[in-house]
Amino acid sequence: MAGRRITSLTFTYLLLIVAFISFTFPFFLLIVNSFKRNGEILENPFSLPASLDFSHFGDVIEKMNFLVTFKNTFLITLLSVLFILLFSAMAAYYIVRNSTSFNRTFFAILVASMIIPFQSLMIPLIYIYGSKLNLIETVPTTLLIVLYIGFGSAFSVFIYHGFIKSIPLELEEASLIDGCTRRQTFFKIVYPMLSPTSSTIAILNVLWIWNDYLLPSLILTNEKNFTMPIKMKVFNGTYMNNWELLIPAILMTVLPILVAYLFGQRYIIKGVMQGAIK
Amino acid sequence: MLAEKKRLNRLGNQLFFTGPTMIAFTIALLIPFVYGFYLTLMKMATPVSPPAFSGFENYRAAFSDSQFWDSLWLTVKYTGATIVFVNAIGFALAYLVTMGIRSQNFFRTALFTPNLIGGLVLGYIWQFIFVQSLPAVGENLGIELLRLGWLGDEHLAFWALVIVTIWQSAGYMMIIFIAGLISVPKDIIEASTIDGANAWQRLTKMTLPLMVPSFVVTVFLTLKNAFIVYDINFSLTEGGPYNSTLMISMHIVQKAFMETNYGVGQSEAIILFAIVAIVTGVQVYFSKKMEVEA
Repeated sequence: MAGRRITSLTFTYLLLIVAFISFTFPFFLLIVNSFKRNGEILENPFSLPASLDFSHFGDVIEKMNFLVTFKNTFLITLLSVLFILLFSAMAAYYIVRNSTSFNRTFFAILVASMIIPFQSLMIPLIYIYGSKLNLIETVPTTLLIVLYIGFGSAFSVFIYHGFIKSIPLELEEASLIDGCTRRQTFFKIVYPMLSPTSSTIAILNVLWIWNDYLLPSLILTNEKNFTMPIKMKVFNGTYMNNWELLIPAILMTVLPILVAYLFGQRYIIKGVMQGAIK
Repeated sequence: MLAEKKRLNRLGNQLFFTGPTMIAFTIALLIPFVYGFYLTLMKMATPVSPPAFSGFENYRAAFSDSQFWDSLWLTVKYTGATIVFVNAIGFALAYLVTMGIRSQNFFRTALFTPNLIGGLVLGYIWQFIFVQSLPAVGENLGIELLRLGWLGDEHLAFWALVIVTIWQSAGYMMIIFIAGLISVPKDIIEASTIDGANAWQRLTKMTLPLMVPSFVVTVFLTLKNAFIVYDINFSLTEGGPYNSTLMISMHIVQKAFMETNYGVGQSEAIILFAIVAIVTGVQVYFSKKMEVEA
């Protein structure tokens, strides 16, 4: 019996190690090849670098205009997520606590909208806000953030809605009797209680917006507004197959999110789990 | 229900709490969605020329666009392949990391990592692997299949896309399956063990039927993601070689923004929407029926 347990344990570890290698070797390749020159990369992509040559990172920072691109991505993600968290929680709270037929309909429309593929909206989006209203020319970043708030709201309201339903009414009633207004009750009593749900929603939205390509590539037409995925696309076009520049560029694009994951992995895994169960 | 006494008060709060979301939702989804139907009925020579009513002309053009049907069929094949592999591998991984081994949290964290990276950048990483790394391995070890450039071959390029999709999403599905596996009641598994069921029987007769709710979610997600795949497709193969990996989303983007044919592009996008809505609706309806109580 004990012998069988040990073989099955060995087998489990063996499978997991195979999975581990297949899921992480691309990162290994990224890291070792970031320090190599083209000749060395072509000769053997799997070998460790002969010397630690950091010079390509400097090149990439300059050629990608990395600091500006990073700042753009960071600001767009931050503002969109903050507004999604605030507005979705407010809407979900009011929909749950004032279950009028108008609010129930609004909620049903929000939930139903989640099956609309982005591809069915992008052409009218560009036509209305580009060709007609010219907002893509005048206020691209603001437009993009408003669109993210809109696209993010359905899922976020849905998750908040599920959580707020489970909060007992007594606390809010007590605070209303004590003379708080409806808005004070929400911001002082309800919103702080939502923070576990808020972190789930924040994580899922950050991952989406930070990595999103198609929508920003249609809205941001001026190079000074580019986000990291768009910049990466342009960079790849310019330095096609020039791996000694492309590899460090890819590594630098994914590094911010990998570092964030290193510190927040517990919350991120928990957040994804929570988001999926609902 | 915490309805306000005064009507004006209620209207004020309604606007205050739900107004911002309503405005953003209207701008991003409601207006474009409705306007999208209007666009399909209009004919425009260029995106800036005034639209003229053309009835169902665009839909007719979409239905007779053979590349549209080719890319749709390819997307269906891709969807089928990813649903099977992503779910099977995701479930197997979840099963392995919930068996109670000591380093299971480490494996969970590591296997989820590919999911943090966006499809576009992911495609570029794998371009390096398929173009540069695997051929090098094939050369050294004499493995013919690896030596070939996968992205340059019509059939292998399709499977390259499937592999990269598995690599990206299996970890995400694993997390959903872990949540499901944890909530499978221990006592009934123990009871079946005492009754003499072996590990395989426990898995197929007890665990899997109880996991149907998780599968409803994961199949829905893989289905929807596969139908609208764009980023990986665009960065890994750009639809090539010879349009052999051109999926439906990329076809629509090309139709609309390269050929600047908004009317036909939008008609095809509406057909895509209808297909996604029907297929996911049918999937959720039938798989909900398979759910059992512990």
